[in-house]
Amino acid sequence: MNIPDNSFSTPGSRMNPLVLTHVSLVNALGPGIRATLEALQKTRGGLVRCAFHSSELDTWVGQVPGVDEIRLPSFLSDHECRNNRLALLGIEQDGFADAVKSAKKRYGRNRIGLFLGTSTSGLEETEWAYRHRDPDSGALPVGYCYRGTQNTYSLGSFVQKVLDLDGPTVVVSSSCASTAKVFAEASRMIESGLCDAAVVGGADSLCLTTLYGFQSLGLLSKSPCRPFDENRDGISIGEGSGFALLEKSVADSDPSDIRLVGVGESSDAYHMSSPHPDGLGAVMAMRRALESAGLAACDVDYVHLHGTATKANDSSEDKAVVVIFGKGKPCSSTKGWTGHGLGISGIMNAIVAMLCIQYHFMPGSLNTSRLDPSLQSGYLMETREDSVNRVMSNSFGFGGCNCSLILGRTI
Amino acid sequence: MRVFVEGIGLLGPGLNGWKNSMPLLKNAGEWKMHPLCVPDPVSLPAVERRRAGQAVRLALAVGFEAHVNAQRDPSVTETVFTSSGGDSPSLHTNCEALAHTNPEVSPTRFHNSVHNAPAGYWGIASRSRESSTSLCAFDASFAVGLLHSTVHVLIDHRVVALIAYDVPYTDPIDHVRPIISAFATSFLLTPEKTEHAIACLDIMRMDGRKRPWLPVMDPDMAKLSLGTPAGRSLPLLIAIASGLTMKVDIEELPGHRLEVEVSAC
Repeated sequence: MNIPDNSFSTPGSRMNPLVLTHVSLVNALGPGIRATLEALQKTRGGLVRCAFHSSELDTWVGQVPGVDEIRLPSFLSDHECRNNRLALLGIEQDGFADAVKSAKKRYGRNRIGLFLGTSTSGLEETEWAYRHRDPDSGALPVGYCYRGTQNTYSLGSFVQKVLDLDGPTVVVSSSCASTAKVFAEASRMIESGLCDAAVVGGADSLCLTTLYGFQSLGLLSKSPCRPFDENRDGISIGEGSGFALLEKSVADSDPSDIRLVGVGESSDAYHMSSPHPDGLGAVMAMRRALESAGLAACDVDYVHLHGTATKANDSSEDKAVVVIFGKGKPCSSTKGWTGHGLGISGIMNAIVAMLCIQYHFMPGSLNTSRLDPSLQSGYLMETREDSVNRVMSNSFGFGGCNCSLILGRTI
Repeated sequence: MRVFVEGIGLLGPGLNGWKNSMPLLKNAGEWKMHPLCVPDPVSLPAVERRRAGQAVRLALAVGFEAHVNAQRDPSVTETVFTSSGGDSPSLHTNCEALAHTNPEVSPTRFHNSVHNAPAGYWGIASRSRESSTSLCAFDASFAVGLLHSTVHVLIDHRVVALIAYDVPYTDPIDHVRPIISAFATSFLLTPEKTEHAIACLDIMRMDGRKRPWLPVMDPDMAKLSLGTPAGRSLPLLIAIASGLTMKVDIEELPGHRLEVEVSAC
């Protein structure tokens, strides 16, 4: 179990690439990867006017239809909540559950780590319970299960049981960087020898706390969000789930395999809900991702931006991208399609990055009608078809938590 | 996996700082469950200081204490935060507000309720732009946090501060998730032994049930340890305070445990 000294990496050293051997995705564009691919290629967005529960907010959301109709397996009924239903829907897409089953045969169920992310877990269940307290005692309704729903670890416990895995397991809750940072956790844990492969990803679901919370911060757009637009006025909240099976890259791996080749993490040390105005933390995360991939900025073909469509976030990310890549690097945000999935945006962005490499395109920007002239990066208004070999995928969260990933294939 | 502890921070009922608490941990029977004193987060600018709830105050206090004890600059360490419930009182306030016909959520309560809020405040207070990761593993949050921070130390070859904290819920959630006291601890971990090292930890993740490798513990302290997720660090803290070489078992996720061999430096 002890790691020999020679396996230590030194700061700034290259990471060992990991192959994304199977992925699955659910978001407002529909269940399965193909739904997202077709929506991006046909410029069909997934945002709708918000009619979530009793909310009367004048905003748009990227809601996944039909989630309330999903029922969890009866042995997991204590985990019944929107977030775990979304997670189950994701696991059932794209043959992901079968891929994990076959990986268990190769590695053993205790050698596959599970590193998941969420920001609000089953919080919607607690919101419901507070609306149904006993009028006399104030007690929460019988049947409300804190551990299986509200607790941030609920997602880890649920997916671990559904996939029947027994390796190291954790839930990362670092707001909007959560499901990008799970790639970093998986990479370290595999490197340490604590597991041989990993399932990463997570789920995040609509709830009133984030809708009214972002409203209170003045960050919710009244229209479908418009990343990098001159008149952008905030986010549209989305939801979804996504998973990836990560395996070590071996000598005879298929060159067309998509690999995670770089990860960079940093903090802003600036403000709780606003990014550093010059994007200092973002610059550091992107630089570290390049270092860990052993790549120069010119080796990256496209940057899939965090691009939330708030005034401050887009301006900060734009500055950071220009520092690292100069002014012409093709980049764009797909939040106009899916909304901002908060805790799930990391893996949603990474999977779209993978699709860009596999299907040779860089998505343009949905809902953006006039590019903000003060922004200087090479933002794509229209989808561009071109060969794409390496993509940087950004996720920057609340509390100044930043994570950049680089995905690529051998060229 | 071997890491070194250079500094510890500790705040719990009757446990007011690591150095003050060492004799109480070492000699079972001397500790009394006095109320917890939570210091003002003086390292934060005035606006953030006003906004910081108990979870943030606890996490920052133990984080800084571990750095002071290790004589390390907090602006260059990585952090791993781990907690079962984060700033749990904010959850109650938000859900109560949202149960009204015309819901209005306070922006401060909203951002405090985010699981990584203490990590965000820590960044502002410590000026550290290094990576910070916020974890949760229910009752195993401390053990899983220790495992991940150890892996960060060894793989990234960095100094990492593990900060574990929990605060009790208020009525009515405390009935469904009882946490008996606020508790926080921080371990400043390094990959190599330096002159400031106080203990060496050899950590293994094992299958199977917990084995009875526990230091002698006051019965009330044992209750505290089981009654608060971050308090599950107490057997390890007692072992380090004793200055002896001993094995400690910490329950991890169901079916797993961490076996930690503690030796003094």
